[in-house]
Amino acid sequence: MLHVEGLSKVYDGHGRRTEAIADITFSVAEFEFACVVGPSGCGKTTLLRCIAGLLAPTSGRITVSGEPVAVVFQEYGRSLFPWMRVRDNVELPLRASHMKAQRRRELVAEALESVGLSDVHNAYPWQLSGGMQQRVAIARAIAYGPRVLLMDEPFAAVDAQTRAELEDLIRSVWQRLGVTLLFITHDIDESVYLGQRVIVLSASPTRVAEIVTVDLPAERDQLTTRSDARFAELRTQVYAQIQKAKRSTP
Amino acid sequence: MRRIAIALGLPVVLVAVWWFASAGSTDFYRPALSRILLAFRETWFGPRLFDDALPSVGRLFAGYALALVLGVALGTAIGAIPWLRALLEPALEFLRAIPPPVLVPIIILIAGFGDLMKVIVIVSGCVWPILLNTVEGVRGVDEVLADTCRSYRITGAMRLRHFVLRAASPQIVTGARQALSIGIILMVISEMIAASQGLGFTIVQFQRGFQIPEMWSGVLLLGLLGVGLSALFQVFERRILIWYHGQRAEMREW
Repeated sequence: MLHVEGLSKVYDGHGRRTEAIADITFSVAEFEFACVVGPSGCGKTTLLRCIAGLLAPTSGRITVSGEPVAVVFQEYGRSLFPWMRVRDNVELPLRASHMKAQRRRELVAEALESVGLSDVHNAYPWQLSGGMQQRVAIARAIAYGPRVLLMDEPFAAVDAQTRAELEDLIRSVWQRLGVTLLFITHDIDESVYLGQRVIVLSASPTRVAEIVTVDLPAERDQLTTRSDARFAELRTQVYAQIQKAKRSTP
Repeated sequence: MRRIAIALGLPVVLVAVWWFASAGSTDFYRPALSRILLAFRETWFGPRLFDDALPSVGRLFAGYALALVLGVALGTAIGAIPWLRALLEPALEFLRAIPPPVLVPIIILIAGFGDLMKVIVIVSGCVWPILLNTVEGVRGVDEVLADTCRSYRITGAMRLRHFVLRAASPQIVTGARQALSIGIILMVISEMIAASQGLGFTIVQFQRGFQIPEMWSGVLLLGLLGVGLSALFQVFERRILIWYHGQRAEMREW
């Protein structure tokens, strides 16, 4: 569904050459929930921007066989249009794809309901809390009917409790919608709790350090899953990999 | 209620001071305010309203509207296209630095003495603040929002209307507000040189004819016109920028 082959990205600017990504290769299967985790500054966002087509890779190939692709960014406060009400924010991508008004209204109402925001259609984004704003961004992605959903540290800027709620929300959205989901995070626990596989990146210049399969049951919840012995093993495994990757930095 | 009282407080005091200080004045050039108000009623609630005042305001609106369209359209293009900006910036800096009143004789040569000349004079001054502020606004659009547009395939006219122009609207409004006061000044100036009607022309006529209270009443009318237009502008601004002021108020609370 999503193949990244020998991706590298070099930033050339002001006489300084920075190799952000050395060589990344991985695949994500259809309907899979894959997490990408790595030490800070390892080029996670660069990777996502390349996959989303917002940035041209220096070399390598990215194939996304499945349209459309929706993206949820970390900066929820800057990814929603502050001059539009919540409803119009969710609707705009659908208008851009020339969908009929009737169908648009249905999709917007459904998407907002599925993220628990049926009562704020008329609010402006800045009238909502951070967690609710990120829900609007998720609703916009859902309404778009994506086959591939890319998320760039979407919960990095919300408080811990809201974060737990949003994690469960995104698990249920993924199960109901049947999308291929690539979720980027710097939080090891989050990557193990959410994903079916965790792609561990090394420090910059970035490579894939290890791919860990998360063999936890499909039904997960914040209390039992996180206190599961297997969960602890997996997070230790991912943590050790990241530590190793950091140490081996030249 | 309190806000209205505070806003009206100083003007009321100033008018009162003027009224009592000038009462019973025998100075020919500084007549009593009561005398000026009388002249105001006689002068402007009559044919002069339709022959001089309204045509002036009409030209102001025409020039201002034209400057808005030109300034926003050119400013958007220049702000969005880096090579166009690099190409035009030196020329724009030069043109902007020319005081519009010195252009009046040149514009007369090209456009004659009619309405067209006066409208062009108004446009030539109003367009700059709008144009330059639009360029800055369009250049400064948020990158995350730009990425959002790209990833959701929001392009072309839709991107322009729902993203670029809205994102630049706080700066565009700032430019438009500056342009409005420039427009009023140029409206008067364009009627002071080689004109046969209009507010500026009438005030100069009164002065030359030693109709001093009438001259003062014209100045008063210009002041009132400025206040009225700025109030009208604020109504539009509140509607267009409701999100901007709301967002800023929200940020202060956090």
